Amino acid sequence: MKLDVDGPAAPPRSNGELVFDAPWQARVFGLAAAVVETRFGGDREPFRQHLIAAIAAEPERPYWESWTVALEALVDEQIA
Amino acid sequence: MAALEDLLTEKGLVPEGFIESFNQAYENDIGPMNGAKVVARAWTDAEYKKRLLENGTSAIAEFGFGGPEGHYMIVVENTPQVHNVVVCTLCSCYPWPVLGLPPRWYKDAPYRARMVREPRALLKEMGCDVADDVDIRVWDSSAEARYLVLPERPSGTDGLTEEELASRVTRDSMIGVARL
Repeated sequence: MKLDVDGPAAPPRSNGELVFDAPWQARVFGLAAAVVETRFGGDREPFRQHLIAAIAAEPERPYWESWTVALEALVDEQIA
Repeated sequence: MAALEDLLTEKGLVPEGFIESFNQAYENDIGPMNGAKVVARAWTDAEYKKRLLENGTSAIAEFGFGGPEGHYMIVVENTPQVHNVVVCTLCSCYPWPVLGLPPRWYKDAPYRARMVREPRALLKEMGCDVADDVDIRVWDSSAEARYLVLPERPSGTDGLTEEELASRVTRDSMIGVARL
């Protein structure tokens, strides 16, 4: 089946950019999503608070690195 | 990262195949084309537009769009007098069900800081010239609310079908950093 790359059903990248720059970014994104679902019943707020803190701590750090730091902090605080 | 994944998997928090299917949804199925369908419907159906502006979450759910980052959706309408633009000053909150995942610049410090401080200048830099007599309203995503901009319908589109209209709607116009 041919991918619709131009029409209204085209994937996000045709109307923007690729979502991830590297496979590890997709991995850590999905990992956080899994934890939010399985451990917090879909409530994203605990993770969001850690993401806010991680970004504020080092504003120039690349986004997905802050994301990883946030997930680690959430795990340290509530799971590990 | 691998150690973190091992730990979480060991604790049973990462169901097999979850990451693959979750990510695949955002890479292939969920993106700005969802929001474009919502916008095109609002342009062609006055009753739908009314519902959308009154309760964004439920009107968007009529298309089956919902889920993470979409539990409390507010739709803000651009008019000849008002231009709306969305930001998340603290992190990267974004209406995933209708726009997919945010672009890189949306998550970067300059956008998050400057869109609040000097929206008109930043919009201009991004190629979106808003006339001086048009008010700019900046919506900062909060703990719950996620915003979607309803752009103005472009002139000269009277004869187009809803599907054709949807193809004219861009992601950036629904964030509010572009006009159509």
